[in-house]
Amino acid sequence: MIDTSVKKISFPHMGNYFTAFEPLARLVAGEVIEPPPISKQTIELGYKHSPECVCVPFKYNLGNYIEALERGANILVQAGGGCRFGYYGEVQETILKKMGYKFEFLKLANSYSPITLAKDFRSLNPKLTYAKIFRTIVLTYLRLHCLDNLEDFVRKNIGFEKQKGEFEKIHKSFLQELLKTNSWLGVHKLRKKYTKIFHTIPIDKPTKPLRVGIVGELYVLMEPFSNFQIEKELAKKGIEVHRFVTVSSILHDCLDEIFFSRQLRKLIRESWPYLKFHLGAHGTESVAKTLELIKDGFDGIIHIKPFGCMPEVNAMSALHKISKDYEFPIIYFSFDAQSSETGIKTRLEAFYDMLTMKKRHDAK
Amino acid sequence: MKYKIGIPRALLYHKYHFFWEEFLRSLGQEIVVSPETNREIIGHGVNLAVDESCLSVKIYLGHVDYLKDKVDFVFIPRVVSLYKKENLCVKFMALNDIVRNTFDGLKILDYTTHVPTFRYDSLGLFLVGWQLTHNPFLILRAIKRAKKVQRDQQQKALVEQENRLKNRSDALRILIVAHPYTTYDAFLGTPIVNFLKKQEVELVFADVIKEEEARGLSKKISTDLYWTFNKELVGALEKYRKEVDGIIFIMTFPCGPDSLVINLCQNKINDLPIVVITLDELQGEAGLKTRLESFVDILKIRKGKKIQ
Repeated sequence: MIDTSVKKISFPHMGNYFTAFEPLARLVAGEVIEPPPISKQTIELGYKHSPECVCVPFKYNLGNYIEALERGANILVQAGGGCRFGYYGEVQETILKKMGYKFEFLKLANSYSPITLAKDFRSLNPKLTYAKIFRTIVLTYLRLHCLDNLEDFVRKNIGFEKQKGEFEKIHKSFLQELLKTNSWLGVHKLRKKYTKIFHTIPIDKPTKPLRVGIVGELYVLMEPFSNFQIEKELAKKGIEVHRFVTVSSILHDCLDEIFFSRQLRKLIRESWPYLKFHLGAHGTESVAKTLELIKDGFDGIIHIKPFGCMPEVNAMSALHKISKDYEFPIIYFSFDAQSSETGIKTRLEAFYDMLTMKKRHDAK
Repeated sequence: MKYKIGIPRALLYHKYHFFWEEFLRSLGQEIVVSPETNREIIGHGVNLAVDESCLSVKIYLGHVDYLKDKVDFVFIPRVVSLYKKENLCVKFMALNDIVRNTFDGLKILDYTTHVPTFRYDSLGLFLVGWQLTHNPFLILRAIKRAKKVQRDQQQKALVEQENRLKNRSDALRILIVAHPYTTYDAFLGTPIVNFLKKQEVELVFADVIKEEEARGLSKKISTDLYWTFNKELVGALEKYRKEVDGIIFIMTFPCGPDSLVINLCQNKINDLPIVVITLDELQGEAGLKTRLESFVDILKIRKGKKIQ
């Protein structure tokens, strides 16, 4: 049995999702330790202790764990599922134990249905009632929804703000307030309030801006540090950035797959004739989304992934063919611990120039 | 109807070739197997594949490229999972689509093995047979024969290895842990195996083992492992580790499952010398030989000390 008063729980960063998952972690342990924000040092620590060919989210997570352990955490949590991600937990636990840290490791691999999740929590802290677990799961879901909703709006408009830095300032205060809100109604009110505030920020948007969709692997999509703030870079150039993968969209897809098992079939149907079967993890969705965006009249697509990501590499062969068949610009980035920021910026700039030229050419 | 059916000599061919060849031959088809991997095949494969694919997939595409003009169909089975709650590397899942997107207008013969949806792969095999001949009895007989041949050949290899293990000699004994498509590939594993044999080292192969036994034993090293082939290799590692002097891991760059599993094994096995050899298309033979030679030397010195 776990004594909740001394246990300090921590879990890795991904975007701003720490804010959303914090109440769930609080169920199990008395104190939730937030790992320091991801920095150069995090990735260097992770890189040093990871196997060399592993994909980059593993390295970031390991770096987060080490920094959290240094701050005194003694329960670590790792999710799982899909490709290599499901096996992260065990390997990371072995590496950290070998480094001499003492901690408990909680692996939630492949238990995304709320029922199994509740059982997992009960086994850790038997004092919990199901009612409380249910309340917290709903609260987490609401927070996630609120966060994803508002961040999507920010992504689409941050490039066109009249006064630089305004969106970022309000976004920061929103995150702080969200962390303190612990009731269903509170989250709902907060969402309404900030939607209003974000909408009042003066923006200067052309009628038909360049629209670029970002598809690819989940972690590098959602963690801005790992993709060198690619979204911000694009927004600075006045491009409307669309990203469709968020934690709430993944949750929705997973639940849909568990209860109705129709999500996969739909994706494969959408990506015909390029795909006949499922590609594993998130690969099929990348292909289906790309086709959808092309038909929607987007100007370009950016495909990002960690180096060696298996499902996305599978998807790339289909994407190459789509790009050729539709004469549609797609650019591929893969990130590793040692990617250089300038290289990526240069390629991004060239891509942007190409898109503007193409748009001008098409308009004639 | 008699067709020419091509099977690429790569990936799962090295594990299931008895099965597939016997199945297609029993249906009265002509089989064309691509030659052993050579420089030319790898060159074509590297040009065709996405840069970041693993070397094994690049080699596979090279083999398909060799076959594409010479045959009516290329036989590309899609194996997703063999047991419940276990998977194979996602490469095997997507192989079919990768090939279809890389080669335009290639005719592919495929079937899917995926335990949660099709309890038995026989249905998929039956549908493959149906495309070739409309005689159901012939197809069923072919499946039965093929399964028997595969079982017999596996048993044969197993008995051979066990005999080798029983006859204790003074020679060094090294366990090779690698997927069959790495160990038995003429470009990847064969040079290593031949070199070690020249050094008078006795080799034990981790892929030759009873599957159920290995899957049970693998729990001792790793509880969460869900890649079937890696699970079998780890189980074999647990079984043979007491009888060998050293372990060689061979992985192709950048193999997804191996990158994690090998690291875990390195961390958990502390009583044996381990060397990890990562192969890519640019490898030089001299570097490889130096590493193997020094590893064998280390083992010899270590064994000499033990006897004293």
